[in-house]
Amino acid sequence: MMEAELILLRHRQIPDIARLDVYRQNGGWEAFHKAVTSMQPDEVTEVVKASGLRGRGGAGFPTGLKWAFTDKKVWPHYVVANADESEPGTFKDREIMEGNPLQFLEGVAIAAYAVQARAAYIYLRGEFWQIAAQLDEKIDELEAAGLLGDNLFGGGYSLRLYTHLGAGAYICGEETAMLESMGGLLGQPRLRPPFPPSFGLFGKPTVVNNVETLSNVPLILLHGPDWFRKAGTEKSPGVKIFSLSGRVNKPGNYELPLGTTFRQLIYECGGGIPGEAKIKAIMPAGASSSLIVADDKALDTPMDYESVPEVGAQLGSASVIIIDDTVPMDWLIAKTVRFFQHESCGKCTPCREGTYWMKHITNRITNGQAKPEDLQLLHDVASQIKGKCLCALGDFSTEAVLTGLERFPGDFDAKVNKDR
Amino acid sequence: MKPLVKLIIDDQQVEAPEGTLIVDAAKKYGIEIPVFCYHPKMEPVGMCRMCLVEIGRPEKDHNTGAWIKEADGSLKIHFGPKLETACTTPVSEGMVVRGLTEEVKAARKDVIEFLLTSHPLDCPVCDKGGECPLQNLTMEHGSGISRFLYDEKSRLAKHVPLGELILLDRERCIQCARCVRFQDEVVDEPVIGFFQRGRSLEIVTFSEPGFDSYFSGNTTDICPVGALTTVDFRFEARPWEMKAAASLCPHCPVGCNLTVNVRREARAGGETVIKRVMPRQNEKVNEIWICDKGRFAYHFAQSKERLSQPLLRKNGELVAASWQEALDAAAAGFRKAGQDFLALAGGRLANEDLFNLAQLSAALGGKSLLYSTMAGGDLMAKVGVAQDTDFGSMGPETAILVVACDLQEEAPLWWLRVKQAAERGANLTVINPRPTRLDKYASRTLRYTYGEEAALILSMINALSAKRPNLGEAAPKGQELDTIEEIAGMFAKAENAVIIYGSEGTGFDTSQALAQACANLLAVTNHAGRPNNGLVAAWSAANTQGAWDMGLQPVKDYDEALRSAKAVYAVAADPLGDDPSLAEALQTAGFLVVQELFLSDTARLADVVLPALSFAEREGSYTNGTRRLQRFYPAIRTITQGQADYAITAQIGHSLGFDLEGRSPALVMERIASAMADYSGITYARLTEVSEQWPHVGRHDVYYGGTTYENTQGLGIQLPPAAQHGEPIPLSWIAPPEVKAGESGLLAVPVTRLLDRGQTVLPSQLLHVRIPQPGITLNPQDAQRLGIQEGNSVQVKLKGGVVPAIAHLDQGVPVGIVLVPRSMGLPITEPEAVELSILELAVAQASSS
Repeated sequence: MMEAELILLRHRQIPDIARLDVYRQNGGWEAFHKAVTSMQPDEVTEVVKASGLRGRGGAGFPTGLKWAFTDKKVWPHYVVANADESEPGTFKDREIMEGNPLQFLEGVAIAAYAVQARAAYIYLRGEFWQIAAQLDEKIDELEAAGLLGDNLFGGGYSLRLYTHLGAGAYICGEETAMLESMGGLLGQPRLRPPFPPSFGLFGKPTVVNNVETLSNVPLILLHGPDWFRKAGTEKSPGVKIFSLSGRVNKPGNYELPLGTTFRQLIYECGGGIPGEAKIKAIMPAGASSSLIVADDKALDTPMDYESVPEVGAQLGSASVIIIDDTVPMDWLIAKTVRFFQHESCGKCTPCREGTYWMKHITNRITNGQAKPEDLQLLHDVASQIKGKCLCALGDFSTEAVLTGLERFPGDFDAKVNKDR
Repeated sequence: MKPLVKLIIDDQQVEAPEGTLIVDAAKKYGIEIPVFCYHPKMEPVGMCRMCLVEIGRPEKDHNTGAWIKEADGSLKIHFGPKLETACTTPVSEGMVVRGLTEEVKAARKDVIEFLLTSHPLDCPVCDKGGECPLQNLTMEHGSGISRFLYDEKSRLAKHVPLGELILLDRERCIQCARCVRFQDEVVDEPVIGFFQRGRSLEIVTFSEPGFDSYFSGNTTDICPVGALTTVDFRFEARPWEMKAAASLCPHCPVGCNLTVNVRREARAGGETVIKRVMPRQNEKVNEIWICDKGRFAYHFAQSKERLSQPLLRKNGELVAASWQEALDAAAAGFRKAGQDFLALAGGRLANEDLFNLAQLSAALGGKSLLYSTMAGGDLMAKVGVAQDTDFGSMGPETAILVVACDLQEEAPLWWLRVKQAAERGANLTVINPRPTRLDKYASRTLRYTYGEEAALILSMINALSAKRPNLGEAAPKGQELDTIEEIAGMFAKAENAVIIYGSEGTGFDTSQALAQACANLLAVTNHAGRPNNGLVAAWSAANTQGAWDMGLQPVKDYDEALRSAKAVYAVAADPLGDDPSLAEALQTAGFLVVQELFLSDTARLADVVLPALSFAEREGSYTNGTRRLQRFYPAIRTITQGQADYAITAQIGHSLGFDLEGRSPALVMERIASAMADYSGITYARLTEVSEQWPHVGRHDVYYGGTTYENTQGLGIQLPPAAQHGEPIPLSWIAPPEVKAGESGLLAVPVTRLLDRGQTVLPSQLLHVRIPQPGITLNPQDAQRLGIQEGNSVQVKLKGGVVPAIAHLDQGVPVGIVLVPRSMGLPITEPEAVELSILELAVAQASSS
C-alpha cells in the first residue's frame, strides 16, 4: 500500500497530533465548531447519514440512522462511546485513542451535539486505565481551552465528557450490558426492545457508538459526505482499520478502504505467512468469527459488510486472525470456547450452561480423550445454543465450533480416532 | 380497558387485551407454555429461554403498506428465523403462536438438558421435590437421559445461610433471578443480588443482618427449584405427606389468607403437627404473598407452654381442675357479680367468640369491653372502605392518605399494596411525626407533633375552599398553610380516596379524635360509600374490627373499669402483661376468670383459668381492617384439654340458664346474622364462595405462580359500610387531650413493631434473632443531653412502673420524644411523660445511698 492519506490513523503521518495545538493546526476541532456555530443538530445527523458511515463495532448499522432514532420526546439524551474493545484480535480503538485521541473526542462531541446530549461518556475496558487517564487530561485541556464545557462558542450549547472504566467483562462491550454496568448494576445484557435510542443510559435515550465510528465523524463534517464516499464501496463506504493478527509476518493495524481483499491485506500489507507454512483459515471478526477456508475464492473476497457473508462469515469489527496449517483446529476452537465460557455473563441458560459444556467437550478432544460421538455431541450442544440466547455472545461462542467441525473435519477425526 | 387483540395460539383462537404477554394470554386459555424465570407478578426478563415458541405475524407489503395475502385470501403469516420468548413478547393482532412444533419441543428439551447439567438432581432429599417446577417440567419436556458427563458437574455449597431464615443451596439454583427480582421489583428492598458471572453466578445477601426484609419467605415460594428453603421447613417433610388446611393469619388486621400444612408424626405421638404456613391466594387481600411474621410466628399454636387444662385457685394456689369444676366456679362467680360483671376481650378472638361474650354480659346485665387502645371501629362501620374495594385496582385516580401509621410495621401487606398502588400512580400522602419506610413512595409527606394528628386533619378540612361545616378551629404547630391546603385540595379533587390510620403514638383518646377527624374529611370530600373510598384501620390485632362489629368497644381507663367490676372475665386479654399497675384494680374486682392460650401475667392472678384453642385448632371468622369477613378452618387437633372460646363462653352461659350457641361457629354465625344488621344474610356457606382469580397459582402449574396455594375455600365478603347504603355520616369534632412532656422534657409515645415480644410471637424461636430486646428510641440530641449512648441500659419511668430497657438513638425521632414499642414488656398505653436515667448510674446511686 503506497502512502495514501490516512483518515483515522493520522498520527502515523502527522507527528504529535495527540497534542491539542498540533491537532488544531491540522483542522482539529473545526468540525465541532462548525457544527455548534452554524448547523442545526439534525443537519449534522443528515450529513452523517449521507456519508453512509456504518458502525465499526461489528454490526455495521448505519450511524446517522441510529442518531436519528434518538427519542426526542424523552430527555436528557446521552452519548456513550464504546471503548470496551474486548474482542480477541481487535486492537484498533486502542491505537486511535493512544495516537489520535483528539479526533476521537471531537467525534464524541459532534455526536453529542447532533442528539443534543449534554453529557457523553467513554466506557473503556478496565485494562485501558492509562488511556483513560490520557483522555481525562485531554478533556481537561479541551475544557481549559473553551472547546468543551458550558456555553460553547457563545451559542448556549454545553457539553461535558467523562471516562468510565469497566471491571473486566467482555460482555460489557455489548451495548446494553455496558449501560447496565455504567448504571452501577451487574453487567448483563438487557432485554431488547427497547433499544438504547429510546431506553439507554439511566433509562434515557442514548446513542452508543464505537470509537472508530466516532473518529470518522469530524472529517466527514469537514470534507463532506462525498469525500468520505470516495473510499470503500457503494454500500460500505469509507476506510476501515483491519487488525491483522495470527500467523502473518507483519501483524498490526491497517487502515484500508472497505472492499480491500483478504489477499491484499494478508500478503501486501501483512507480508504473508511466516516460514514454509500455508494459510489454512481466516477468522475475519476475532474470536466471534466463523472459520473461513482460506482458498483462492476467499482470499479474493472484498472485505466489506456484504461480501464477507458470501464466504460464510461476517466482517464484524474486522479483526482478521490468520491461521496456517501448523494450527490444529480442535486446539483453536477449544481456545475460543474457553474464552466464551469465561466471559458468559450467566444470564441466559443456553450460553451459561452450553459454553461450560462445550469447554469440557473441546478439552476432551484436544486432550485425546474424546470418542467419535463426542464430535456429534459438540455439534449438538453448539446447535442448541445457537439462535436461542438473550444476546449475541451465545451465538458467537458457536461460530468457530460449528464452522470448524463442518469445514475442517479432518483435524477432529484425527483426534478422536487415534486409538481406533 | 385496553382493546382486545385476536391471535392464534396452538391452533386455538385467543383474545387478550393489548399489551398482554403471550405466555399470560395462553395461560388464561389453559394453554401451557413452560417457564422458569417468568413470574406473572413481575416484569419479564427472558433469561431461562424455556418459553421459546414459534411466532408468526401478518406481513405487510413494504411498498403499498397493504397486508400480503395467501392464494385463499387469508393473511400471509411470516415466521421469523429464530424462536422467540413467549414471556417477553406481547400479543398482536393476527399473530400465530406455535408451541407444539418439533422445533419448539426440541428447544424445551434442550433448555432442560442445559439446566440439569449443573443441577445436582438430589430430588430424593430436596424439600421442593413433589412441588418442584424443575422436576415437573423435566418429566414433561426433558429427555430422560443426560449426555453430560457426571464427573464434569460442578460441586457447590449446599448450605449457605442468607440471613437466619432463608437458606441457599447453590447447586440447585438455576439463576432465574426470581428471588432477586422479587426483592427488587415487588418489595423494593434489594438486599439480595447476583455475584460473579456465568456458571459462578450466585445469590448473595448484602444486608446486615442477612436478607433483612419482612417479606423474605416469599422467595422460597417462587423459587422454581429447591435452592431457597426456609430454616423452618428444611428437611421437615415431603410436600405429598402433608395435608392442607385453609386458614387466616391471626397476627394483624390485613387478614392474609393462609394454608397451614400439617402432617401426623410419630415423634408427636401420632398427633398432627404444623409443618409450615404458606400463603393462599386472595388478590383482594394479600395477592399471593405473606410476611415473615405470618409465615413463621405460628409456633405458639403448638408450644409446650400452652395451658393444657383448666386451673382453679385453691388455698391461694392455681391447681388443675376438671372442666365441670372450673366452669361451675366461673358461672357461680359471674352470677354473684350480676350486673357488675365485666368481660374484657382481646382482638385475637373470632367473631363467634366475641358475639357469645357480648351475649353473656348482656344476659347478666354486665359490661363487655374490647381490650384495645385504638378507637374508631364504629366509624369504620359507617365510612369504612366500601364493598369491592381493592388495593390492586388503585392507580392515578386514587388518593391514599396514611396517617399516624408506620404501615410496614403495623400491617406489612398493606404497606406492600399501598406502595404498589403509588407506583401505579396513586397519589400517596404520608402524614406521620417521623419518617417511615412508606415515605419513599409518597408524593407528599407531612410531619406533625405527636398528639396533633386529629388537629392536622381538621386543619385540612378547614383549608378546603369548598363549602364545609364549621367543626372547630385547629392550628397545628409549625405547619405551612400552603402545604395543608395543597394536600387537602389534592385529596378533595381525587376521584377516589382512602385514609389508612394507625396507632403511631396514639392512645385511646387521641385515636378517637383522629378516627373521627378522618371520617369527617372523607364525608366532607365525598369519599365514602363507593368502592376504593373510605377509611381503613390498621388495628393492632386480627379481629379488632370484628369486636367492634359485635358491639364491644374499648375504654380509656381500664383501671377504673376493673375497679368498678365485681367479676372480671378476661378472654384473650392480658392487661397485667401490658401494664403491671393494673394488678391492684384486678384484685379489687374480687373474682377473675382468665380464658387464654398461655398462663399470662393476668392468668397468674386469676381464680379460674380456662384453656382456649389457637386459630389452628378450631374454626371461626375474622373481620379485617377493610371489613372483609373471612373464615378460617381447623388445621390440627389440639393436644391440650382446651376448648374454643365461643364454646367455653356458651357453656358458662348454659350454667347460668342463658341461651347461647356453643355447638359450632357456623351456628353462632347464624345468630350473628340475625342479631347484627351489618352481618345479615351472612352464612358460613357464603364465606366459602370463590371466583376466578388471576394469575392462576398453585394448581398443577406450580411452575407459573409458585407454590402459593390456590384459594378454593373462600375469598370472604367485604361488608358494605353504612355510607354505601346512603346513610348520612355524622360529623363532629372530638378535641384530643393535650399531651404533656415530663420534667425532663420527654414524652413517651407508644409505637408498634411487627416482631414484638407478645405471647403469640415469642414461642417461634427462629424469630428470636429478629425480635428486639425491650428498647426505647430517642433523638441523639436528647440522648446527649442525658448522657445516654446507643446501646446503654436505661431506667424508663412510666406511669405503669419503672422498667429497664436498651436505648437506641435515631435522628428520625423528633426531639423530646421517646418511642416505646408496644408488647415489648414496657408499660405504655398512650402518650405520657417519661423520665430516663442510665441504669448503671441508677444502680450505683441506689447502692451508695
